[in-house]
Amino acid sequence: MNGRRFTLHRVLAMLGKEFIQMRRDRLTLGMLIGIPLMQLFIFGYAINMVPRHLATVVSISDPGPFADSIVAALANSSYFDVVKATGSPAEARRMLAEGTASFAVEIPVNFSRDLVRGARPALLVEADATDPAAGSYALAAIPNLATAALRDDLKGPLAARGAAAPSFSVAVHSLYNPEINTQYNIVPGLLGIILTMTMVMSTSIVLTRERERGTYENLLAMPTRPVEIMVGKIIPNIFVGAFQCALILTVARFVFHVPMIGSLALLAATATLFITALLAVGYTISTVAKNQMQAMQMTFFFFLPSIMLSGFIFPFRGMPDWAQWIGEAIPITHFLRIVRGILLKGNGPAEVWPEVWPMVLFMFAAGFVAVRRFRRTLD
Amino acid sequence: MTGLFSDRFAAHAELGGTPAAAGPDERYAIDVRGLTKRFGRKTAVNGVDIAVPEGEVWGFLGPNGSGKTTTIRMLCGLLTPDAGEGTCLGLDIRSHAEEIKRETGYMTQKFSFWEDLSIRENLDFVAHVYDLPGRRKLIDATLDKLGLAHRQHQLAGELSGGWKQRLALAACTLHSPKLLLLDEPTAGVDPKARREFWNEIHTLSGEGITVLVSTHYMDEAERCDRIVFISVGNIVARGTVPEIIAQSGLITYTVEGEGARALAPQLKGLPGIASVAFFGAALHVSGYDRALIEAALAPYYGDPRLVIRETATNLEDVFIQLQQADNGGNA
Repeated sequence: MNGRRFTLHRVLAMLGKEFIQMRRDRLTLGMLIGIPLMQLFIFGYAINMVPRHLATVVSISDPGPFADSIVAALANSSYFDVVKATGSPAEARRMLAEGTASFAVEIPVNFSRDLVRGARPALLVEADATDPAAGSYALAAIPNLATAALRDDLKGPLAARGAAAPSFSVAVHSLYNPEINTQYNIVPGLLGIILTMTMVMSTSIVLTRERERGTYENLLAMPTRPVEIMVGKIIPNIFVGAFQCALILTVARFVFHVPMIGSLALLAATATLFITALLAVGYTISTVAKNQMQAMQMTFFFFLPSIMLSGFIFPFRGMPDWAQWIGEAIPITHFLRIVRGILLKGNGPAEVWPEVWPMVLFMFAAGFVAVRRFRRTLD
Repeated sequence: MTGLFSDRFAAHAELGGTPAAAGPDERYAIDVRGLTKRFGRKTAVNGVDIAVPEGEVWGFLGPNGSGKTTTIRMLCGLLTPDAGEGTCLGLDIRSHAEEIKRETGYMTQKFSFWEDLSIRENLDFVAHVYDLPGRRKLIDATLDKLGLAHRQHQLAGELSGGWKQRLALAACTLHSPKLLLLDEPTAGVDPKARREFWNEIHTLSGEGITVLVSTHYMDEAERCDRIVFISVGNIVARGTVPEIIAQSGLITYTVEGEGARALAPQLKGLPGIASVAFFGAALHVSGYDRALIEAALAPYYGDPRLVIRETATNLEDVFIQLQQADNGGNA
């Protein structure tokens, strides 16, 4: 009898059924396409937009033509709106704390004298970096702005000060949050986050749904094997994941202009591995969860460290060791490195491999647990 | 045959007895002994013995929660028994559950086919899983037989209760099983559909399929070759309908006429009165001791409005009695 072995016809039967059911479940299908787009545009635009006209307070401890030029240059650039010029650094700091200003530019005592002497005085820029992305572009613009502004003032005997290396330095303090993410980091990272969320979620309910509808009993009463059911449930979702990947990459390329230096084929292959690993996790959840609510809760439980400890939100190397160990154990951490490596650095198979095998290991471990957890009886 | 039945009947006159060993020429589609299943501290099925000869239709009766579904699930490998052993179709229920599944059709109590698949897609899925040859033709033929050919692309979830049952029966017999386990297949189905359903079961039985069907309906029980009555996990009666009635030892009187209904509360609980039940306008009063029943009814004999007489005990009297006895904990 072929009751005990893995057989193709039963897998095909499962696949046929799953594809039809997926096609009929318009709402879920819509979500699987809608969620990536929504996340991509919300996340992507919030980070991609270069904010301008940020409220700025200038504290001038050394009034004079240099100070006037710098304030004028700041105001002329569209990045900064000088809302107040004050003589008190303390007041500037207070406005920063209150949030009435995002930047405080301090022209220190003796700025003009030191500049003329060639002592390279420091122009202190303090930024409210609780929202790092908001200020990063403006911050990057300051040194050039100031240099250009002072070029006109440094004439005659002082021309040498302006022509050579910057005659003063700009000290930038990013207050409250020393790390600053950039958009090229975020959009490829979103690929991993979106896949984690939708793939785990959509598979975590596949068995619980059968259980809740009462069809599970029927499935078990037929001679279908656990592996056949798993393969039948997972493969349709691989297609959904592949479609999501294509969608996200298209938007990343044409809307957010993320550079894509490396091989897209390599990216597709590694993404398929990543998706399969996620589906194995989702399937494991569905063998454990008693109802769809539990499945959602467990999905969230997996989703949280994926967002927090993978290097998506916080720089991976900045996390404490224990957090890094947990991060190394979840597939998205490796996938983020792969995606950023391939897209931004043009990494090839050799560079990517150290991140691939942990994902494969994870995939087989999760698949093994899922098959072991699968109960062939209703006990 | 009759000899064997009465032998087995005698064995079971003492409740919980073991079925007689199969004769050399008798083959059993189901032959299990001591099946027991516990859920936590509750024993759902307690040492159940069932031996169903091939080709017979057996009814499985008992109140809700008595262990019928649990027993059926153990028979088809969906639950692992905590104790007990036996075979289905000659295959060990513990070690050969997968082979048993291939030869068994199991119809669940609740409709368990896919409501978001069409009628045809459901049948096609089943045929594909069992790798049945000539799938398209087979399903065409099945749809014609069912009378669903013109609705084959309708979603199964849109069917009425009766049609759902017919679809489920067709789907779980598609692979020509030798054993059919039906768990309350006609619950919530109208009388006409029920009759057609039973005609189908007898047709299948005529083709040699063994059927074990659980039900709450007395008329369905009477269509079975033999019945097994289970209560709180224990088999409390088994045999043909006349055997079960005789075995019960129950004596029944009917009280008919104006005011008969009003007597029920007064008769209940009197010594020797085992059960009092309404059958239309008549009151059925049952007990084990004729003298005690007559004594209980004596005050009413003089009432000119009432007609009191002894009648044949029917199956329902017996079941109500069995159920009450067990609820009282002194079966």
